[in-house]
Amino acid sequence: MIEFSNYDIIRNLLIATQWTVLLSLAAFVGGISVALCLTAARLTKNPVLTGLIKFYVEVFQGTPLLMQMFLCFFGLSLVGLNISAWNAAVLSLTLFTSAFLVEIWRGCIDTLPKGQWEASRCLGLSFLQTLRYVVLPQAFKVALAPSIGFSVQVVKGTALASVIGFVELTKAGTMLNNATFEPFKVFAFVALIYFALCYPLSLTSKILEKKFNVSR
Amino acid sequence: MSLVNIHEVHKYYGDLHVLKGINLNIKAGEVISIIGRSGSGKSTLLRCMNGLEKYQKGGITVDGKEVTTEEIQVRILARSVGMIFQSFNLFPHLTVGENIMLAPTIVLKKSKQEAQETAKAMLEKVGLADKFDSFPEKLSGGQQQRVAIARALAMNPKVLLCDEITSALDPELVGDVLKVLEQLAKEGMTLVLVTHEMNFARDVGDRVVFMHQGKVWEEGPAKEVFANPQTDELKNFVNSVL
Amino acid sequence: MLDFAALLPYSHVFIHGLITTVEISLLATVLGLVLGATFAVARQYGATWLSRIVNVYVELIRNTPFIVQLFFIFFGLPSIGLKLSAWEAGIIAMVVNLAAYSTEIIRAGLASTPKGQWEAGKVLGLSFKQTLFRVVIIPAIEKIYPALTSQCIIVMLGSAVLSQISVQDLTYAANFVQSRNFRSFESYLVTALLYLFLAILMRKAFNLIGKRLFSYRAER
Repeated sequence: MIEFSNYDIIRNLLIATQWTVLLSLAAFVGGISVALCLTAARLTKNPVLTGLIKFYVEVFQGTPLLMQMFLCFFGLSLVGLNISAWNAAVLSLTLFTSAFLVEIWRGCIDTLPKGQWEASRCLGLSFLQTLRYVVLPQAFKVALAPSIGFSVQVVKGTALASVIGFVELTKAGTMLNNATFEPFKVFAFVALIYFALCYPLSLTSKILEKKFNVSR
Repeated sequence: MSLVNIHEVHKYYGDLHVLKGINLNIKAGEVISIIGRSGSGKSTLLRCMNGLEKYQKGGITVDGKEVTTEEIQVRILARSVGMIFQSFNLFPHLTVGENIMLAPTIVLKKSKQEAQETAKAMLEKVGLADKFDSFPEKLSGGQQQRVAIARALAMNPKVLLCDEITSALDPELVGDVLKVLEQLAKEGMTLVLVTHEMNFARDVGDRVVFMHQGKVWEEGPAKEVFANPQTDELKNFVNSVL
Repeated sequence: MLDFAALLPYSHVFIHGLITTVEISLLATVLGLVLGATFAVARQYGATWLSRIVNVYVELIRNTPFIVQLFFIFFGLPSIGLKLSAWEAGIIAMVVNLAAYSTEIIRAGLASTPKGQWEAGKVLGLSFKQTLFRVVIIPAIEKIYPALTSQCIIVMLGSAVLSQISVQDLTYAANFVQSRNFRSFESYLVTALLYLFLAILMRKAFNLIGKRLFSYRAER
């Protein structure tokens, strides 16, 4: 059996952490893109579209992320699409992220007083102009803190990719545990690395939220 | 022997000297109005009288008991000093009746039935007998404030402190609340009011205390103080509010 | 082709898993909320050192994945002599997780209590404890009730991970069935719908409890 020093454990975990970071970034960027499209669709106030988005949000917020990942991984391969663990993880995390972001942003846009839309209309601004110059700049400020706050959930969500066999931080942890039989130490290290990734995001979100609340 | 005895009270907020040596004696049954501009220290003085605010020098006694901000002391004091706030501070999740009965049952350990009788009598007194089972948010501001008065009265206090209790009310609702106060004054309740209602202070009050820059600037019988102010500050103040 | 009929022979497996998921979620919700409320009071009104300790706990839990917490408790704790069954480890992990989130949520509710409510309690002679329990707590919880509801649902859905330490919950059932009949998509789809049903049911239950708890708003 190979001996693993603390250094070896941490080194291996950090190598795997790169994949956690990459997966988080891919999911967050993907999630933002999809959520932007959905938000745009929602703003048209088309009852069919808004209804569909509501359903979409309900489904992805009402089922376990793990189950969504299983469905992407096993389900799509059944349909004939051979999908890698990485692709399944990115796809399911993207959908999951977009469902939460679109809901968070809905709250942010809805908190803007109705008077803003009405005033813009009286000034002769079109719908898109109102969106571009009045609504979005304000909504962006409000949405920033909770969006960054949600990115913490995305990073933590990537841990579930370990279950479908993608080797990221958590999977590396279970593998190292099997090799070293030191679960206490290994999972404590794993937890600390996640903490080091997530806490700065949490803190940023908190600071931004305070800053925004003061300026309001 | 006076009911409330305030002797050389000083209060600081950090470096800010808010009360600069206040002396005031209040006899049982007296109705005292404390007037003055905002920032003159009148609300602070009132809040020192029942331990909501700490003072650094001097002494206050109510009914012979020293006033401090220690929780135990404040709780004992609460049995003889009632207070009514500008923002009513009714408990939103309790009915009007429950609001009034809460302290008598858990502080005075009265039976539920006894507390209920008292509550009903007090509501009668403030003219809201039919609101026993309503929740506060269903009432108008004036009604809420009268419930707050009933709640304070249910503890059978010796003195009632009123902190600008009509300031948050729509003008047309002020009268109902003042009428209740007037009735209480007639019944001999000791009232200390921080108020902007000058007519009430003049017509119902026994004594007026004019505070300015953290000091009792001028005091005397209500009618005299208004008719014949001695200092320029009070003259200016009276002219600006009447 | 999809073949949902292939699941029918395994319906008892799903039902057994569903019951386990409901059981652990119910237990974890109750315990987690009670613990969270206690910690929230300690965090908001406790001595500085106590408040700090609670804060460290809350931040540690909120910034690490649930699955890692679960592995740490199930695999890690026995190595320092604390032997736990999968079921026990699962419950503990869920309670510890929900308690951390609800601490932060309930604390925010407590912090939003108007100063006047405390003062009114004080001048009526109520003690700190009496004011907290009789006056402050219900309106405070009302303010954050939607957030609390969502969090409890998130923790219930998170329990799917318990299958990874072989707790025989709904997800475990899905894995078991698809390993027998190789109908993974159907198996997971039905399971996902069952979770969705549980989530909707849970929201309904919370709303109902809320209506009773905050009945003073209902007549508006």
